[in-house]
Amino acid sequence: MPEERHPKHADQHAKPHRTTPAADETAAEVAVDTAGGAMSPSAVPASAQSGQLPGGPDTLVRKIFTGSGVVSVLAVLLALVLGGLLIAATDQRVSATAGYLFARPTDFLSAVWDAATRSYVALFQGSVFNPRGASLAVRFAPLMDTLTIATPLITAGLGVALAFRAGLFNIGAQGQIIIAGILAAWVGFALHLPLVLHLLLVLVAGIVGGALWGGLVGLLKARTGAHEVILTIMFNYIALYFLRYLLNTPAFQRPGESNPISPILDPTAIYPQIFGSQYRLHLGFVLAIAATILVWWLLNRSTVGFEFRAVGANPKAALTAGINVSRSTILVMAIAGALAGMSGVAQVAGTEKVLTDGVAATYGFDAITVALLGRSTPWGTFAAGLLFGAFRAGAVQMQIQTGTPIDIVLVVQSLIVLFIAAPPLVRAVFGLNPRRKKPAKAGKTPQAATTGGAA
Amino acid sequence: MVRVLKLELRGITKRFGSLLANDHIDVVVEPGQIHCLLGENGAGKSTLMNVLYGLYEPSEGEILIDDKPVSFRGPGDAMAAGIGMVHQHFMLVPVFTVAENVALGAETTKAGGFLNLEDTRQKIRQISDRYGFDVDPDALVEDLPVGVQQRVEIIKALVRDARVLILDEPTAVLTPQETDELLDIMRQLKSSGTSIVFISHKLREVKAVSDTITVIRRGKVVGSADPGDSTTALASMMVGRAVSLTLDKAPANPKEKTFQVKDLTVIAPNGQHTVDGISFEIARGEILAVAGVQGNGQTELTEAILGLQERVQGSIQLDNVELVGRSVKDVLNAGVGFVPEDRSVDGLIGTFSIAENLVLDRYDQPPFAKGISMSPAKVQENAKSRIDEFDVRTTSGLLAAGTLSGGNQQKVVMARELSRPLRLFIASQPTRGVDVGSIEFLHKRIVAERDQGTPVMIISTELDEVMELADRIAVLYKGKLVGIVPAGTGRDVLGLMMAGISPDDAASADRTGSAAADSRGTSSAEGGDHA
Repeated sequence: MPEERHPKHADQHAKPHRTTPAADETAAEVAVDTAGGAMSPSAVPASAQSGQLPGGPDTLVRKIFTGSGVVSVLAVLLALVLGGLLIAATDQRVSATAGYLFARPTDFLSAVWDAATRSYVALFQGSVFNPRGASLAVRFAPLMDTLTIATPLITAGLGVALAFRAGLFNIGAQGQIIIAGILAAWVGFALHLPLVLHLLLVLVAGIVGGALWGGLVGLLKARTGAHEVILTIMFNYIALYFLRYLLNTPAFQRPGESNPISPILDPTAIYPQIFGSQYRLHLGFVLAIAATILVWWLLNRSTVGFEFRAVGANPKAALTAGINVSRSTILVMAIAGALAGMSGVAQVAGTEKVLTDGVAATYGFDAITVALLGRSTPWGTFAAGLLFGAFRAGAVQMQIQTGTPIDIVLVVQSLIVLFIAAPPLVRAVFGLNPRRKKPAKAGKTPQAATTGGAA
Repeated sequence: MVRVLKLELRGITKRFGSLLANDHIDVVVEPGQIHCLLGENGAGKSTLMNVLYGLYEPSEGEILIDDKPVSFRGPGDAMAAGIGMVHQHFMLVPVFTVAENVALGAETTKAGGFLNLEDTRQKIRQISDRYGFDVDPDALVEDLPVGVQQRVEIIKALVRDARVLILDEPTAVLTPQETDELLDIMRQLKSSGTSIVFISHKLREVKAVSDTITVIRRGKVVGSADPGDSTTALASMMVGRAVSLTLDKAPANPKEKTFQVKDLTVIAPNGQHTVDGISFEIARGEILAVAGVQGNGQTELTEAILGLQERVQGSIQLDNVELVGRSVKDVLNAGVGFVPEDRSVDGLIGTFSIAENLVLDRYDQPPFAKGISMSPAKVQENAKSRIDEFDVRTTSGLLAAGTLSGGNQQKVVMARELSRPLRLFIASQPTRGVDVGSIEFLHKRIVAERDQGTPVMIISTELDEVMELADRIAVLYKGKLVGIVPAGTGRDVLGLMMAGISPDDAASADRTGSAAADSRGTSSAEGGDHA
């Protein structure tokens, strides 16, 4: 994490030129280790010594997940730019003007600019604010839609992020959402209870379902040493096919319906809409904000979070310090499952109001990307969830207005992940890689090529 | 046929941001000399050598070979110029054979693109025979002991025709015997014309082999020294103030024996008995030092006490409470303070702040936590006082522990473990990789803990440390207790015991064979100097 905290700062430092990526990384670490000169020279950074940086296992995955937020922001920018070029490439006017590119290049360039900006403006209008709306309420409808779609992304993303901070790669949000959805939906349509109590029970059922599904993975890992990635992937399949099976049983099938769809949840079991019936936005979003605050507190202010982070950063040291690593593993997976469970509840009791086999859509997998983009911090995940919600909400409007296919949004999302996974690439594009100074004494001047990747 | 080479570093300055790691350093390595760079951890020795090896580019200054300025753009250039480096952490591929490792990066192929290792094998045999390395080119590196792996690194440099060999803290990972062997190898290399830059902070070794000593402190050359100078003089120069190398330690005042280990056996997953039927007791106000070559059951013994080992037989009692079968947390709560042997792996979380590391085993207890709610203010407050008390060199407790130098990291671990009331204190390799100035301080703290009436157990592979701290010395060999001898037992007797010879036999063998022992190496010759 430290190496990119002050990229601008690192920029000013002399750097070894043409060294291995590892040495490069070390040097960048050194530059920031000194905390802008705040540290006294006696404490030469450990990384400047011949050895490796002490500390826990610093795997690539870990670096990617907990890197700097600056890289996240730049990755999004870069992905949007590339997405814009892609939009332009398929635009008709762009290809028409390309025919006489050398005669009148300005036509071509303005066509490119137009195509990209029109699509993004439409994306913005479809996700945040539509100035052509008849009333203020309509103008803000896109934002409400964004928040609605972001809700399950945020909570499931928090689950992935939290598990990751404890060193676990939780791919299982999808399955946890599904199990939570099954339980919450069943309580919602099969039981008939008074107003507040019913919804509360729906919420509890969903959270418990997710927690059990996640906790089971933690238990298996702690007791048998099975790897959580394989476990969670398999649990996703189990959950999905179990759901499909259930939807074909009388207990879950809507009476008089042959499609795999459940009865509509009781009105008492539905999240109230926050700003009245004109918007889809429901109570789930408020709960997602609450969950973000809770996870922040848990990670940064509680003993439980201290244990999670310790186990995640250096399980051996945690064990030696008397932390029960098995218990942490089970607990963190249960909490992660509970958070994903909230997404399941938001889906069945908020957005969909029924249970289908598409209850989780791809939220569970997108949650991994969201946590990745949010650098596994609670508020970062929250922001990333909002962004992805905006993409999804705006994509429809974009297609309607400009004919740009929805899939371009998926391309942009994928590009974001790609760039986040390659911070040096992003830094190179934005010129943030520490400059390579020429040797103090006359040596061969470094070739332009040695700044590798800048092009 | 080795061409000698004169190496000069002139005004080398290396900055990391505003941090001045090397400040106008001038060093001349004369041909065929062993030139020692002496300095504390974090003094800038490794940085300087990384500059020389082409890993870092100097901010100022130049490197001259045979009076001609050169510029290295990477280790490849340095190697081509005849500079070889053996890093503290070996750069070997464990699953490759010695020959494959040596050939790596300079492989030759036969017709058809097949790897030709025969040349390399032959070169290895040649070098091995010439210097008595005893290295088999076809052995897998992962099967070799650390000392032999180091020789493979040296061979790697020699095969590439290195005429200046940089050894970065080469003895940090070696047993006393391996250290002696390495010093012999260094002398042989020198006599065949290879210059050696020897980086170390261990005075005994430096005095034993060096021709010239350059002392570096806080990134600056503070002067040259002569190997004939006294250990105290060298240490003072290195640290920058007078240090006493002998510990002022009152005789022990042992009280009741509150810590008892009886018939303790630890069984490894492969069924091997890593600790085999050990029994001993430690009294309050007494230091028992456990000596032995690394890997003879010391790690498993401490882990068994702490509750980290799975299959433990026998009994461990503290204040008449059985510890076998208890969780680590229970053992710590019973008042056991534990400094693990590898602080960066077991003792610290590098990415956590110093303050968090200082409460790593008490984060859930008052005043740091109420229920499950932690108080960052209290954690920070604790850090301030611990950092002051243990003189941890840092500007803030909020910095990541991984940014501290080795000695300061160890102070953090010690500060954590010694800052609560203890019923037993166990420290494994308490001063490994720690500079002289800090060693003195840490030793004093350990003795102070003893004087407060705590039973103390020290595990060390450094004989000097064992002899300095111990009130009684237990020697482990292959998981068995060879014997427990009083403090003041001679170095040679302990050395023989570490090879598994019983105390009585060792004592008599020492009396009859002291002449033989003297010629064995420097450990005996230099031992008297240090004491």
